Amino acid sequence: MTSSVVDADTLLAIDLGSTYTRALLFDMVEGQYHFIAAGTAPSTVNAPFRDAGECVHQALEHLQSITGREIADKDASLIIPTRPDGSGVDRMVMTFSAGPELRVVTAGLLPDVSLESAKNLIQTTYGQVVEAIGLSDRRRADARLDAIIQANPDLVIIAGGTEAGASRSVLKLAELVAMACRVLPQNLRPQVLYAGNSSLAKKIKAGLEKFTKVHTAANVRPEIDMENLGAAEMMLTQVVTELRGQQIGGFAQLTQLCAATPLPSAHAFGRVIRFFSRLYDPSRGVLGVDIGAEYTALAAAQHGQLAVEVMSRGMGRSILSMDTEEDLREILRFVPFPLSVDDLRDYLHQKSLFAAAIPADEKSLGIEQAVARVILRTGMRTLRTRWSGRWMSFEPILATGGVLTRVADPAQSLLMLLDGLQPVGVTTLVIDPHGLAASLGAVAEINTMLPVQVMEKGAFQVLGTVICPASRAKPGTKIMNVRLEMESGEETRLQILQGSLVQLPLQNGQTARLHIDNLRSAELGAPGQRVPSSYKVVGGLCGAVIDARGRPLQIPEDESKRIELLKKWNSAIH
Amino acid sequence: MQTSVTHIIPLTLIRRARLLPKPGKVLVRAGQQVQSSDVVAETSSHTSHILLDVRRTLQLSADDDLKQYFDRKVGEKVQKGDLIAQKGGLFKRALVSPEEGVILAVMGGQVLLEVKTPPLQLFAGLDGRISEVIADQGVVIETHGSLLQGVWGNDQIGSGLLLNLAKNPADELTTNLLDLSMRGAVILGGYCAQAAVLETARVINLRGLILGSISSNLIPVAEKLEFPVMVLDGFGKIPINTPAFRILSTSEKREVCLNAVRWNATSGARPELVIPLPAQGELAQDLTNLAVGRKVRVGLPPYTGKVGVVDQVLPGQTTLSNGLRVPAVKVLFEDGETQIVPNVNLDVLE
Repeated sequence: MTSSVVDADTLLAIDLGSTYTRALLFDMVEGQYHFIAAGTAPSTVNAPFRDAGECVHQALEHLQSITGREIADKDASLIIPTRPDGSGVDRMVMTFSAGPELRVVTAGLLPDVSLESAKNLIQTTYGQVVEAIGLSDRRRADARLDAIIQANPDLVIIAGGTEAGASRSVLKLAELVAMACRVLPQNLRPQVLYAGNSSLAKKIKAGLEKFTKVHTAANVRPEIDMENLGAAEMMLTQVVTELRGQQIGGFAQLTQLCAATPLPSAHAFGRVIRFFSRLYDPSRGVLGVDIGAEYTALAAAQHGQLAVEVMSRGMGRSILSMDTEEDLREILRFVPFPLSVDDLRDYLHQKSLFAAAIPADEKSLGIEQAVARVILRTGMRTLRTRWSGRWMSFEPILATGGVLTRVADPAQSLLMLLDGLQPVGVTTLVIDPHGLAASLGAVAEINTMLPVQVMEKGAFQVLGTVICPASRAKPGTKIMNVRLEMESGEETRLQILQGSLVQLPLQNGQTARLHIDNLRSAELGAPGQRVPSSYKVVGGLCGAVIDARGRPLQIPEDESKRIELLKKWNSAIH
Repeated sequence: MQTSVTHIIPLTLIRRARLLPKPGKVLVRAGQQVQSSDVVAETSSHTSHILLDVRRTLQLSADDDLKQYFDRKVGEKVQKGDLIAQKGGLFKRALVSPEEGVILAVMGGQVLLEVKTPPLQLFAGLDGRISEVIADQGVVIETHGSLLQGVWGNDQIGSGLLLNLAKNPADELTTNLLDLSMRGAVILGGYCAQAAVLETARVINLRGLILGSISSNLIPVAEKLEFPVMVLDGFGKIPINTPAFRILSTSEKREVCLNAVRWNATSGARPELVIPLPAQGELAQDLTNLAVGRKVRVGLPPYTGKVGVVDQVLPGQTTLSNGLRVPAVKVLFEDGETQIVPNVNLDVLE
């Protein structure tokens, strides 16, 4: 679906989140698209309403109260298209992350091959693998059948068989799934996505379709050492949207108002990141991170190739996923005041009860920002696996989500990103303060001009250029001499010591040239890679920052030393 | 903005739907009085199946037509040892049912047998009257009385006489407060920080435990208990909210029904305590606006668990002590202190 600028002047984007629903209004001002305002309301997909229509209505009311513009009529119906009096909107799109986590059973041949790819596939959206059935499964066939039934899945993904490979074993898996569907009552039968040996797709679809809805996609593992998730990911997106239509009251009605099929927010966010990757240096990737209430999405794209990773970790109910000894210890490393493991655990459990609540004092804010750091850290580890051990160098890094953007000071956003992602090299950190990124990704499907123009108008804010040398030098050792050359010709020279965090004297919007005159025992690229000795740096809300603290960050075990160091880092950036 | 409500009400009409996860049989009729531990509906649990390989057992070839060997039809019930299929001739072979069950399907030379398993039972969860029967799905139960909703439960149901061991809302429940004379009672305690308390409660056979708060590291212990544990206010050392304490401390020796289900945001199911009363109440709303005069409770630090009334709804956004700017209200707490609290950190108690 495409659209010209002329026939879609006013655009409404609904973002149906698990905690909040937002109505974002974009309109044309003096021939250019602008983001006008956002209306927000608590999501009503859960009890007592269990209807997405109600929160959209409330978000529209809020939007109307902010803009003074009539968007819905007296019957609370959205006005589409715009009327001569300026009321209404021309088009609507929707993204969503609301709804229960999809329960997925994967069925494949080898755990490290097709089952792994099926798992990777589900990690691109809001689902979790609740049961895996494979060839090496030693359970009897009836035990495997019961395992599928007990898993109560929304979806079964069948993978397995390379393109010229196994067929009999894959058919046996499909038979087992058919049997499970047959046993289950019609309304509890899972949908099936087949993404295995493509020569069996028709046969499997015909066999399973008697019992449930079957989708097919290209083989996720066409060769034993080659994974190809692209087509299956697209199909999975459609399946997720369809399932949400069944699970969320009012979703289907909202879909009918949309100019394009609603998209999972993580998928739409990925589109924006992929779009960026086409604009920026093709030798480097673009990274996007979105920490939500229930999920965190990481999207990395290079030259149009996109990898999306969705984790069931967020700042709402899913904060409980951090209640493991390892995560608790990791969170405490970033808490800048004394806190016991038990008190931290109590906080996480309390927050899970009041998922929409906001940290209201310094300590709560400190805990939540530490949690965000660990979520980012975990995400980077997972992404690194998906990135197949390749050198991860990103430019820029875009961050969105309440915990990263709703801060007392932009320095808090910058430090969370630096500590969590621990980038190496030279990159630009950008935040999405209005949470537009996913909606812009959805809008792009019907209007390619709007996202570009809205981004050009400053929808995103630059936190600053960050220069992160990796060095194993001893703390306090000089690792760089830098010269910052302003456009005015004014120069600042600095010695950079290992372990330091240095804010360069650059105002927001100012550009300068940073000359790294002496780079010893520090790497700004992959080990051994030749990198430029001079960079253009752009000042953002935090100016520009040299993070010479080393990778990975070394944080003392001793509590008082740790707190002292964290405080020192926090006060280094203003 | 609408805010969620936690019901802490001395007298109300309580109406609860109890629905099976899949179609089954309703065991009660409209108008019938039920107790909280009564099973009101049940359905098959569908959790155990056996695949029987007919071809292999009867040593049939792929060309043999299976139908001629079957003694049973799909949907037929079989007892353990019943003949399912047989092959005559010189070397007779038979396939018998290894368990009691139902033949669900015959597919690809295999018989799928659903083994009879205990049914999935749906409990009333409160004493009351069946006001509606929803055919094959469940019932609606009504009663009048006090209703106290909690924030966490260990997924158990029970009832018994209420005993109050919390002289003050902030008291800790300790092992020395528990003794054998409390067998069969539902105990109200303040906060619980020791696993030994839960273990003692198990040993003396309590019928239920209501706590203001519990240390989150005790959750695994509480989850294993076979009597209901309901937490009213949260995790850590949070005093029992005062409206709940007032109701509970004046309801000692009354029969209480404790349905300590997990809080499920999607379905709206919450752990709750019902004290049936011989009086008529009105149905309460689950959502309300955050307006001046509303009784509210704070969910997160620094005032976790404190109860007060909304004194002023602040316009626009307010800067908190930590620098965040959020929509907020001024709350007048019961101790006379007034503080600014983000709207989203409050739930309304009514």
